[in-house]
Amino acid sequence: MNETKIDTPVLQVKGLTKQFGRFVAVDHVSFEVQRGEIFGFLGANGAGKTTAMRMLSGLSKPTAGQGQVAGFDIVTQPEQIKRHIGYMSQRFSLYEDLKVWENIRLFAGIYGLKSAQIAQKTDQLLQQLDLTAERNTLVSQLPLGWKQKLAFSISILHDPEIVFLDEPTGGVDPATRRLFWELIYQAAERGISIFVTTHYMDEAEYCNRVSIMVDGQIKALDTPSQLKKEFGVSTMEAVFQQLARSATRNSE
Amino acid sequence: MNKAVSIQGISKHYGAVQALKNLSLDVEQGELFGLIGPDGAGKTSLFRILTTLLLPDAGKATVNGLDVVSDYRKIRQQVGYMPGRFSLYPDLTVKENITFFATLFNTTLEENYNLVREIYVQIQPFESRKAGKLSGGMKQKLALCCALIHRPTVLFLDEPTTGVDPVSRAEFWQMLKRLKAEGISILVSTPYMDEAAQCNRIGLLKEGELLTLNTPQGIVEDFRATRTLWSVRGQAQYRLLQDLRELPFVAQCFAFGESHHVILTPEGTAKEAECKAETLRFLSERGHHEVELNHITASIEDCYMQLSAQEPLLSAPNITPHE
Repeated sequence: MNETKIDTPVLQVKGLTKQFGRFVAVDHVSFEVQRGEIFGFLGANGAGKTTAMRMLSGLSKPTAGQGQVAGFDIVTQPEQIKRHIGYMSQRFSLYEDLKVWENIRLFAGIYGLKSAQIAQKTDQLLQQLDLTAERNTLVSQLPLGWKQKLAFSISILHDPEIVFLDEPTGGVDPATRRLFWELIYQAAERGISIFVTTHYMDEAEYCNRVSIMVDGQIKALDTPSQLKKEFGVSTMEAVFQQLARSATRNSE
Repeated sequence: MNKAVSIQGISKHYGAVQALKNLSLDVEQGELFGLIGPDGAGKTSLFRILTTLLLPDAGKATVNGLDVVSDYRKIRQQVGYMPGRFSLYPDLTVKENITFFATLFNTTLEENYNLVREIYVQIQPFESRKAGKLSGGMKQKLALCCALIHRPTVLFLDEPTTGVDPVSRAEFWQMLKRLKAEGISILVSTPYMDEAAQCNRIGLLKEGELLTLNTPQGIVEDFRATRTLWSVRGQAQYRLLQDLRELPFVAQCFAFGESHHVILTPEGTAKEAECKAETLRFLSERGHHEVELNHITASIEDCYMQLSAQEPLLSAPNITPHE
């Protein structure tokens, strides 16, 4: 990694907009994510989070606005972006009816790793996760905590600069989701930027900075402690409730 | 009067996996009962048995006094069920889904309007939208509306608020309390401990067995009787977490919003003041400054962390050993 790369944000967008007919799902959104940062992307159902994430990960073209993710342009280089980011959603990241090693093999191939690299990465990953003995186990047979660990590790197998986590802990019990956050911390310490959505407001506290989207716009963006100060409340839950209740557009 | 739900020694296995092990519990008429527990604890199997969709291997269960095996037809008339996975027809509109479920039960929206009114007015603006195109919160409200359309007396809700934002979640629970006030008995599972805390009683299920069954207050009191809880806050939070775990009298330490929570071992609890001084000295040695350490009262989430750690959470008894 060279000097200039370290100084530039890993993600920056300006005036990012997506319109479906007359409906403006994402309305002139501008923000940056720094390298190694854990960035929480919050908002009510229907606020525009998913649409924004789809644009940021190269899956959907913005109606207006510009930006870069992992050094590539979101308008002109979406294919490059897809190859250089990691992505994991709640529970649909692994193929349940494939074995542990087959899942690794599949995703490594999708991320464009070469055969020799894949073999080496697979062994390394299984060792790190203490899953060597489960190499030939079907993913459906793994307990949730292990599945999450594996899914997350696979999403960063190709050493992306940033990984998008879409409600990674949705429906997960308090103990297991804390284990997952420890994985997030470890990845961030390795320098991987984390872009994460969650409906658990205690998890918002674990982020370096948090943005809150309301009606397609980012209505607040700061560290959790600054946001609480600004809104004069003691929890992120209260910050969220205040902002989300100001929404005028009904759930999309 | 019959119990809303009575479960006596229910067992269920799938192949080598024992999903429910000789489980017994009751839900009283008009009670709001919360089921919590990790993934794979057996919660969904239990819901499916009580809604007559799955046969138990052993044991007996009744709903409103009706047997889940022999009286299944009658039970289906009396219960509402919201499965964990969205199970309405995505290619039917909101209105069509409601009409469909009403017709199945030989009723109409109008007939039971006063029961579903509060929910219905919120989804009414989207009446002609396809159910598959609704946002998470709206889907859940529609599913609840459909589950209530035949005026059930017992409601089974399997993680109804997963994927739902905090505002819609709060609204959803307001509705549950109104339904309870109407006399409807509710069995609900949830990964959110703030929701569990609003139930009359909570059952914590793990690996097919009940680890605890008590009122929220009772659970907190049981914790307080044997354990001490601290809230600890510093500058470098992740390092602080790891350092705290090195202390011998720390049974558990986990992140909890802006601070960490520390559960002391029973031995540590017995000499808390000593442990506190020792902790502050140790943390200062490790380079943590401006550490705030306070004795606090446990929440249901803290109790969950303590109770569910009774066996290692990552243990994998169901993995078939590979050759």
